[in-house]
Amino acid sequence: MKTASRIYSALVFLFLYAPIIVLVLFSFNSSSSTSVFAGFSLQWYKSLFQDEATLRALYNTLILAVCSSVAATVIGTAAAVGIDKFKKGVARSSVMAVTNIPMMNPEIVTGISMMLLFVFVGRLVKNDSVLGFGTLLIAHVTFNLPYIILTVLPKLRQTDRNLAEAAQDLGCMPVQAFFKVVLPSITPGIITGMIMAFTLSLDDFIISYFTGGPGFQTLPIAIFSMTKKRVKPDMYALSALIFVSILLLLILYNLAQSKSERESKRRTK
Amino acid sequence: MNNRSVLKTKLVASPYIVWSALFIIAPLIFVVYYSFTDAAGNFTFDNISALVKYAPTFLRSIWFGIVATLICLVIAFPLAYIISQKTEKIQRTLVMLVMLPMWMSFLIRTYSWMALLQDTGIINTMLGKIGIDPIHMINTSGAVILGMVYNFLPYMIMPIYSVMAKLDHSMIEACQDLGGNRLTVIRRCILPMSMPGVVSGITMVFVPSVSTFYISQKLGGGSFDLIGDVIERQFQQSYNYNLGASISLVLMVLILLSMAVMNRFTGDEEGMVI
Repeated sequence: MKTASRIYSALVFLFLYAPIIVLVLFSFNSSSSTSVFAGFSLQWYKSLFQDEATLRALYNTLILAVCSSVAATVIGTAAAVGIDKFKKGVARSSVMAVTNIPMMNPEIVTGISMMLLFVFVGRLVKNDSVLGFGTLLIAHVTFNLPYIILTVLPKLRQTDRNLAEAAQDLGCMPVQAFFKVVLPSITPGIITGMIMAFTLSLDDFIISYFTGGPGFQTLPIAIFSMTKKRVKPDMYALSALIFVSILLLLILYNLAQSKSERESKRRTK
Repeated sequence: MNNRSVLKTKLVASPYIVWSALFIIAPLIFVVYYSFTDAAGNFTFDNISALVKYAPTFLRSIWFGIVATLICLVIAFPLAYIISQKTEKIQRTLVMLVMLPMWMSFLIRTYSWMALLQDTGIINTMLGKIGIDPIHMINTSGAVILGMVYNFLPYMIMPIYSVMAKLDHSMIEACQDLGGNRLTVIRRCILPMSMPGVVSGITMVFVPSVSTFYISQKLGGGSFDLIGDVIERQFQQSYNYNLGASISLVLMVLILLSMAVMNRFTGDEEGMVI
């Protein structure tokens, strides 16, 4: 049974990683083929760092992800704090239902629905090229918001409501009480939500494809237009680099977590 | 806390409420508006009646979506169970390994499957070396479904795993004490208890599979048009926003209906398992 389950997991992971192994391997290919390995070379990494359009797209993607996740975190955290005070009833359940829409709707529908709005407004103001950084930012903030709200709300529910009152009894203004007492206790939720929003935004293709314009290309859009023709292996090189950096980040995060766990165990002993 | 400060706290939600009215509700109203008007803005049913032509595409998308979801479920359930049985440290590593591929562009990963599946691709080259004739894989319906399973499998593994990891072990022991063998324990005890995870896994795989548009173009070679492909073409090539909107409207209604049916099984209002 044990060997069977080992073989089974190995096969599933092989399936999940097969295309990644292929693209890492072929990023070192000395020919431009993506199916025959001709020999080892670093030329694609070199040409990647000389390709300004790709680097520009990478930069755009990062800027968009930072702006949208920060904006969504601020609006979303405020929303969660407010919604938390709503009593159970029509108002609360309709706000929650609306919050769930971007998560339940197919991404393509979210994308085209926002595109219709932007194009309509664009026609009203007689501007044919409304689609660009601004519309992308609005779209990304919109699909990030539910993740922030749904990670912060449970943390607020766990927070002792008497704490904020106690702080006010001790002379804090309500705003001060929020920043000194409530905010620190929901910070883990906020950070989780923000990281989620950031990665969603980095990786989003479908919604960006409909709400973006030619003036502001993100990396997934650049990759898409490249895969319409033939992908050059420098895209593979870029993906391999992204893969390795995420892997390193996750390993560091895991190490830090298990270290802090060990320390807290020692302390409780 | 007095009523006034509760009211003030409620007010901090107002930017979000305005935002969601502008960018969640209003766009959906535009989808309905465009569905029932022509290019000049006059009311018409033409877009809706034109949908008859796309019925086969709708059926194919739904069929592919169901098949891909079932395959994901069959693959993910045992794996989630295996992961949940490991020590906490190994669990964390395995979960990380399941999520890691999702952080890479799905476009590149799908493209990389093309290199694997081609007639002269990597799999066939390897098969040739051990003396097996090449198998035609790319541009088949199987390749499209493989692409869906590949891209959305983590969305099935994660929710099932997170429910299984929290299962009450004394219940499983009780089931064993009552004489259940391994399979009975899984079927009568673990499966029913992990239903919430299974249900949210099914929706998380089915929705993107039904509405995908890239996978079918790359791995199906254009001969397996899915509903997402049709929508994409209306907006990015033929610029028929009205028809595109009406197809999207029907897709959305179909999906919301099937989700409502699914949610009957769990009946939890804010019970999204991520």
